[in-house]
Amino acid sequence: MDIRPIFAALRKHRIPAGLIVLEIALACAVLCNAVFMIGQRIGEMHVPNAIDEAGIVDITVQGTDPKLAAADVPRNLAALREIPGVTAVAAVNIVPLSQSGWNSNVATGPGELLKKNTPNVAQYLFSRGGPEALGMRLLRGRFFDDAEYADSQLGVSYLPGGHVALVTQSLAERLWPGQSALGKQAWIGDDNHYTVVGVVADILRPDRNGEGAAGFHWAIFLPLSPASVLNTYIVRSNPGDRGRVLRDGIRKLEALSPNAVVKGQTFTEVRDKFFADTRSMVGMLALVCVVMLAVTAFGIVGLTSFWVGQRRRQIGIRRALGATRGHIMRYFQTENFLLTAAGVLLGMALAFGINVYLMQHYELQRMPMYYLPAGAIALWLLGQLAVIGPARRAAAVPPVVATRSG
Amino acid sequence: MFAYYLDLALRSLKRNKALTALMVLAIALGIGASMTTLTVLHVLSGDPLPGRSGTLYYPQIDPRDNSGLFPGKEPPEQLTLTDGQNLLRAGRADHQALMTGGSVPIQPDSSSLDPFYVEARYTTADFFPMFGTPFLYGQGWAAADDEARVRDVVINSELNQRLFAGADSVGRTLRVANTAFRIVGVLDNWEPSPHFYDLNTGSYGYTEQVFLPLQTALGLHMDHNGSSDCWGNGAGGIGGTYPSEECVWLQFWVRLDSPAQVAAYREFLVRYSQQQKSLGRFVKAPNVRLRDVRQWLAYERVVPNDVRLQTGLAFGFLLVCLVNTVGLMLAKFLRRASELGIRRALGASKRALFTQLLVESGVVGLVGGAGGLLLALLGLWLVRHRPSDYAPLAHLDPTMLLVTFLLAVGASLLAGLLPAWRACQITPALQLKSN
Repeated sequence: MDIRPIFAALRKHRIPAGLIVLEIALACAVLCNAVFMIGQRIGEMHVPNAIDEAGIVDITVQGTDPKLAAADVPRNLAALREIPGVTAVAAVNIVPLSQSGWNSNVATGPGELLKKNTPNVAQYLFSRGGPEALGMRLLRGRFFDDAEYADSQLGVSYLPGGHVALVTQSLAERLWPGQSALGKQAWIGDDNHYTVVGVVADILRPDRNGEGAAGFHWAIFLPLSPASVLNTYIVRSNPGDRGRVLRDGIRKLEALSPNAVVKGQTFTEVRDKFFADTRSMVGMLALVCVVMLAVTAFGIVGLTSFWVGQRRRQIGIRRALGATRGHIMRYFQTENFLLTAAGVLLGMALAFGINVYLMQHYELQRMPMYYLPAGAIALWLLGQLAVIGPARRAAAVPPVVATRSG
Repeated sequence: MFAYYLDLALRSLKRNKALTALMVLAIALGIGASMTTLTVLHVLSGDPLPGRSGTLYYPQIDPRDNSGLFPGKEPPEQLTLTDGQNLLRAGRADHQALMTGGSVPIQPDSSSLDPFYVEARYTTADFFPMFGTPFLYGQGWAAADDEARVRDVVINSELNQRLFAGADSVGRTLRVANTAFRIVGVLDNWEPSPHFYDLNTGSYGYTEQVFLPLQTALGLHMDHNGSSDCWGNGAGGIGGTYPSEECVWLQFWVRLDSPAQVAAYREFLVRYSQQQKSLGRFVKAPNVRLRDVRQWLAYERVVPNDVRLQTGLAFGFLLVCLVNTVGLMLAKFLRRASELGIRRALGASKRALFTQLLVESGVVGLVGGAGGLLLALLGLWLVRHRPSDYAPLAHLDPTMLLVTFLLAVGASLLAGLLPAWRACQITPALQLKSN
């Protein structure tokens, strides 16, 4: 099909043509960036977390006498273990995604804390049975033995006196890239170091203190004998039982410590709370994208309809001279295709520019290049869909219009 | 004349209902989305203490060792207990208060109420006069009471309502963490937003219900709440409850009324750092900052990035809607070329036509703006039902109401300019002939 007449016609309608191009360019730029942000956030919500998320509940006890913790914690654990359906229990200091952190910088040697920019790591402490209660997955090495739990006490500092640790796979790779972490020393502070006895599949930290997405998986696990910092109880059961287990657990702990404040939730609730903001941002971005595409589509329909109305006579003449309905349809479709092409070219450049700006000001990542053609194709399709109606109406103009004056 | 134009505009808009509805809807959606996000941004970046925040300053000094742990030149965001007490006792400002956050159990006397935890602030006496906290009953404790470790407490109106049904409770006893305190003051509603004086406990929607003298609270080993950053080996401080001397965990605010005072205080901080270095406590060269409330909030990046991104996105969307409206309006005006031609031929000036068309686009803008306002109210209602900590703050204030209105009319007049100009360029004779 010869496209020269289309160009000739467009040259006579520079302003409306320019407006369609501009609208498509803006829509393309906003769409690419918004979809990219949606993708990033959805990805964030699905980062792996190698614990039994569906089966665990956590119950926190606050306001008990710290001096009695050595007796209280085992008593509470025993009471929770008696609940029918419970498969494992343990006391921990922090829970993944709970937004209440306990972080330390970890180094690979003495004095290195002072030299290098060491990673900031979430520091999990748990009582005997911690790996089973959380449902941790061991990749290499072993979990702690009973003696290691008993040996580890909390002194005046926030660091336990034990000598062994588990690390996540990501942290092992960050601290000792390309080497086996087993047997290596992890240093926290100038005086405390721990031998890595096992590497576990990646577990999320309670907050986002680490550097970027990678740091979300930096965690170290230390054994601890009962202490007041272990005030959260992880109770694991079948997912079907967890609601009842949670209710029973709270009731039992409240009965055991009448003056304490006891709060519990399922891990699913913890996760939902953590990602609530992310989810609503995704919803908002998606809504804006959909509405914007709808507005753009209606805009194209409106302007093309106007064109068709204006050119009824020309269309009639073309039909009278032998053009088929298909020819007329194709004319408007090709015209729309050309306008959209100009729009998406401009839009892709704009999208790229916006992404670069956001990267500089909002620590956003670089948008992968395939987003640009994907956005372009989306708008091409949108344009073609929007033009079908007006093009049909144009094709329906009867040749006899040419013979009428006016 | 205006009334006539208005009549013409309404007739023309009624003639093509679908097109009019589309334009109004596009403007309403664009305005609604951008006003919702802009209002949230406006509320979040608001001044926590209007009229006072310009004279409140947050001194920072650098007591850390030379470790490479903390890249960059910024000093820590809080103070150690020793430095805080030194600066407090030096008393170089008109008002100064040292403080940190906590959470304490309240044990009501009446057996009908179970013990419960509330957020607490452990602070020195100047907190109340410096921040201008409104009192419902009584007042804060005196500066001399800080060192005497008196067991006085100030509670907020919410707690007063809960425990004493809103009655004047000054002089009554409140059991906090197994210790009897005397209530000396009841605060009226006071929720500075953002929670500028301690951002570690959450920037928005966080209120303390009890205020206790700092020394008293520390002496009783009440729980600390907030962030503590340590260097060295981070061994525990006072009785193991609090962070050590190698940790920063307290906030210190001063009130400085004139630029001269600010300069003098900055000089004092440098001298203090030098003195501590010669005493061997500090290692680094003096590294001080003295930010006022606005600078502090900007430095701490209090407004969430997501909120800024949403606002940018919404304005991008508004732009798409406006371009869309320009296109549709152009189509509408050009379609009426013959009508305009007749009016021109009958003697109407280009200017008159232009005004007439602008009135028409203004009407679209007004209706679209009203729709946008409704959508913004709906949007803010949705924001309020989100789980974010700033959610309850999302309300439209008079300023934003005016901005919405102006934005809507301004945007649609702007959108009408180009089409109106283009439509006025027609040649009357040609239009008459072809019809």
